[in-house]
Amino acid sequence: MLSAMMTVSRRNVLRTAAGWSTSAFSAWAAESKTSIWDLHCHLGASAGTPTEKLAALIRVADRMVIERLCVYMGFPFDTDPAPETLRAQNNQVLEAIGRFPQRTFGFVYLNPKHLQFSLDEFNRCVRDGPMVGVKLWVAQRANAPALDPIIERAGALGAVIFQHTWFKTGGNPPGESTPADLVQLAQRHPSVRMICGHTGGNWELGIRTIRAHKNLYADTAGSDPTSGFVEMAVRELGAERVIYGSDVPGRSFASQLGKIFGADISAAARSLILGENLRGLMRPILKAKGISL
Amino acid sequence: MIDVNVSLSRWPFRRLVGDEPAELVSRLRRKGVTQAWAGSFDGLLHRDIAAVNTRLAADCRAHGPGFLVPFGTVNPKLPDWADDLRRCHEEHRMPGIRLHPNYHGYKLDEPVLRELLTMAAARKLLVQIALAMEDDRTQNPIMRVPPVDPAPLQSLARDIPNLKLILLNGNRIPGSRELAQTGKVYFDIAMVEAVAGVGRLASEVSPGRVVFGSHFPFYYLDSAILKTVEAALPEDQLKAVVEGNARALLESKG
Repeated sequence: MLSAMMTVSRRNVLRTAAGWSTSAFSAWAAESKTSIWDLHCHLGASAGTPTEKLAALIRVADRMVIERLCVYMGFPFDTDPAPETLRAQNNQVLEAIGRFPQRTFGFVYLNPKHLQFSLDEFNRCVRDGPMVGVKLWVAQRANAPALDPIIERAGALGAVIFQHTWFKTGGNPPGESTPADLVQLAQRHPSVRMICGHTGGNWELGIRTIRAHKNLYADTAGSDPTSGFVEMAVRELGAERVIYGSDVPGRSFASQLGKIFGADISAAARSLILGENLRGLMRPILKAKGISL
Repeated sequence: MIDVNVSLSRWPFRRLVGDEPAELVSRLRRKGVTQAWAGSFDGLLHRDIAAVNTRLAADCRAHGPGFLVPFGTVNPKLPDWADDLRRCHEEHRMPGIRLHPNYHGYKLDEPVLRELLTMAAARKLLVQIALAMEDDRTQNPIMRVPPVDPAPLQSLARDIPNLKLILLNGNRIPGSRELAQTGKVYFDIAMVEAVAGVGRLASEVSPGRVVFGSHFPFYYLDSAILKTVEAALPEDQLKAVVEGNARALLESKG
């Protein structure tokens, strides 16, 4: 079923692009066997139920030949969610991904300020539920000791750990992590792999900050498609540590895919970034859950 | 495909793939672009704008006559700026100019801009206004440049006869529908974001008011190209956005 859908999507893309573009995308879509997985998706603020929101995203993802979406956080966005909000938003994601199990994965949204609740929520959604990762946003900086039990538990299960980061010109709000904050966490858990969300936005700083810390991966999502980002990430981190994400629906799939397709990198590196690296990160927990691809 | 938003020369804070004119042209052609309207990054900060525009015109002639179309910079905060406008039109035969209000330190409601736009319209020059060049969260901290507030555009577009404005690097511009209804304002897609954002823009302002602009080489060219794929516009609308609207704008100059 999925395979058939993807074949149709590729044809649609080629038909749309044909006649006015010889873009790398259409060439790649025609030739590549790589499946694109998107690390970084949200349900967004548009009207509709969680399922309707995700269905709308998947319709557009089909146009862009994206096979899988990692989805986290519900709506409305809450920068410092109370336990009941976390539970409600995780339920929204559970409802939505439950309707599209062949196209989506869910990450549980946690707040280290509510540690015991977050550990219980991890158990409910990941250990005992269908989710496969953890999303940490801007309630508390990543260097806080309160994150340690969450990282230990997620690491033990092989769950994907995603921490939002930015190096904002002018400074971050109090709870918003920089990549340097995440480095402190990564140094305390050297055997646990974690993803540096947005690569700090200011990617020239973010890449340099995480470079020496091999358990940290770079997320390409949610920043402008500024030329040079992906080339520097591949040069300094290695393509094995770079993962495509979009940050839809606030961003477009296209602007963020444009970073990967527009970069002067090898076809092998592009395939790693577009899906192989994320599949590698997820393989342990998918295997543990009996999910075959 | 006509790209209305490319720039020559050097971005001040980073070398870019495509910041040599020959390479820029090669990469544009490879992706299916048949014409590109080029400004100059030098126009952001240089004070000798006459030299910037002379180099821009020469580079466009040398590296792609008929392919690179120069849009000179005019900075109305510089002494004798009106002569830069005159030279763009009379000496370099440019079809239009590009303005950078935030880098040049003025707001859109300042009288000097109204004067400039009136003069440009009288010469039938297209006017591009770059609302931003970079996300202000990623700017070098020693040179922070907030985006342009587009609010005064409504009265400018309403009042100035024969004005043709192309807004570059906008995203969710307040009042865009009303601006489009003046019949004088067009919108490029370089910084348009959100899922299927180009389709949303086309429905807000009409497909006839949207033009393909990439902000290459500062942005990856593929970003804008893929946005048109993601938008899934009907074929006639797609053709208008990627080429027809820009061609008609240029031809309207006669």
